[in-house]
Amino acid sequence: MSKKTEPIKGKAFVLGKNVDTDQIIPAAHLVYSLDDPEERKLYGKYALSGVPSEKSGLPQGNIPLTQDDQTESEFSIIVASDNFGCGSSREHAPACLEIAGIKAIVTPSYARIFYRNSVDGGFLIPFESFDDLSKEVHTGDELEIDQENHVLKNLTQNKEYNIKPLGSVADIVHAGGIFEYARKHGMVA
Amino acid sequence: MGMTLTEKILAKHSGRDRVSPGDNVWVDVDVLMTHDVCGPPAIGIFHKQFGDDAKVWDKEKLVIIPDHYIFTNDKYANRNVDVLRAFAAEQDLPYFYDVGTDSYKGVCHVALPEEGFTRPGEVLFGTDSHTCTAGAFGQFATGIGNTDAAFIMGTGKLWVKVPETMRFVFEGASLPPYLMAKDIILQIIGDIGVDGATYRTMEFTGPGIKALTMEDRMTLTNMAIEAGGKNGVVEPDEVTEAYVKSRTNKPFENVYSDPDAEYHSEHFYNLEEMVPMVAKPHSPDNKATAEELEGEYLNRAYIGSCTGGKLSDFRAAAEIIRGHKVKLDTYIVPATTEIARALETETLYGTSLIDIFREAGCKIGNASCAACLGGPADTFGRLNNEEVCISSTNRNYPGRMGSKQSSVYLASPYTVAASAVTGVITDPRVFIQQTVI
Repeated sequence: MSKKTEPIKGKAFVLGKNVDTDQIIPAAHLVYSLDDPEERKLYGKYALSGVPSEKSGLPQGNIPLTQDDQTESEFSIIVASDNFGCGSSREHAPACLEIAGIKAIVTPSYARIFYRNSVDGGFLIPFESFDDLSKEVHTGDELEIDQENHVLKNLTQNKEYNIKPLGSVADIVHAGGIFEYARKHGMVA
Repeated sequence: MGMTLTEKILAKHSGRDRVSPGDNVWVDVDVLMTHDVCGPPAIGIFHKQFGDDAKVWDKEKLVIIPDHYIFTNDKYANRNVDVLRAFAAEQDLPYFYDVGTDSYKGVCHVALPEEGFTRPGEVLFGTDSHTCTAGAFGQFATGIGNTDAAFIMGTGKLWVKVPETMRFVFEGASLPPYLMAKDIILQIIGDIGVDGATYRTMEFTGPGIKALTMEDRMTLTNMAIEAGGKNGVVEPDEVTEAYVKSRTNKPFENVYSDPDAEYHSEHFYNLEEMVPMVAKPHSPDNKATAEELEGEYLNRAYIGSCTGGKLSDFRAAAEIIRGHKVKLDTYIVPATTEIARALETETLYGTSLIDIFREAGCKIGNASCAACLGGPADTFGRLNNEEVCISSTNRNYPGRMGSKQSSVYLASPYTVAASAVTGVITDPRVFIQQTVI
């Protein structure tokens, strides 16, 4: 089994619907270099800092993704309601989540550019659920995503949910991004 | 069966006779545009992937327009413009509109048509979600991320999933005097929701669209992204041709949807029955009529951006503001330097637009994206506290124009101007009818 299809385990961070890219990474922070190894850590610090406090880490709220003095989060799987990542085309959005330590997102639907950026940049895996799980999963629940069988397991609540196969983007996701995919197919030297 | 305009363009650019919604195709790119926020990381990826000495696939097809964080003391933002400058020099790029020079333009989506880069039948990608604006010129145009932009810089190609097309048909011979394209698109987004067109094309057509100017059409396609659309598009006609030919000598080929093309859905509107619309905080689909919100509290007004900072937007605002003092802190930000110059020369009853705004007490900013997306703390017009702003811009999610504590109502320049004059949300028909009489 390749590393790319191994189970993804970690704590859930739960958000509502229409979490736009300004909430994921506020525009004032788009200035840091993604190439500089130290400067890029700031994206982890400010990831999801634009989400209104009461909607950050549901159902309780007022839970930041990363603590004030940290650049990495204790959470690694985002569970959200519809239309995650709407708004701008900034690739800093999936990038900041990866830098903060997010491995995967589970939501019924994504905005197109965020989804595409997540896949082509190889930042994290955007899974689609059949139902809105943001009302079921609590921030801090221990989750496991079984990629082989397309199942999200909530280990804390002892529940399982089917999720959708990746479909036509699976090859790019499993390659690790558009460049890796293109190299495999001889499109890029 | 026939194809839509979008399907035809994607078929031609992927070397196929036909494509269908859901097909994944690799297309040849005619123009790639980037700016100061997403250009530097795209350049970083380009060099990492293709090598330190790599050259872009076609320097005639890469356009770099710094516009987001220009008039700021933020050291990182200024450094990012330096990164663009160094890349333009290294690659010997002919189309780099550098800050602090006569070639500086301002907001990329308005600068692209002004400089002749939006041409019917072509494929244009840009590292900005509002790249869909260019669909007004009958081309396929959409926003992408840094990685995809870097891929294009090296290969001139990108994969695209062919979208289904939603068709919006407009009856009516012309816009009523109080109505602007902004009202139309706010109505549509309010009707279908912020994800109502996700992964799809929004095609605007019908006699009502033929009656619109290029700037009006740009306002419609600009906000396709606010309904989740992949692209927005208007078929080219004599209005399109006249604009494009006045801006470029490059040949182009008009593409039209076939009469028997298949659509995801059809939606009908009559311009003459539509009214001024507002999107309430904190979502572009949180619709109400301006009339319903009459008298709501505000403490700021903002007219600018790719959506609402074009010359016709300022002409409209000036019609209402002329002869009044504004009761709100009112910010005027022309999208481009060309528009800024036109504000000095265009007149209304003998007074220049800029003087109308100055005499009314408006604050005038330099051409750029400015506070539309908040930006660094010292950005002109940024909402730094609990401001309640009515704005001609495009997005009003929490914190979009700065502070998470601020609130933004989206409206047409007419409605923003009417509200600036009275100090509360105001249906512009009050002023327009006075003007007509």
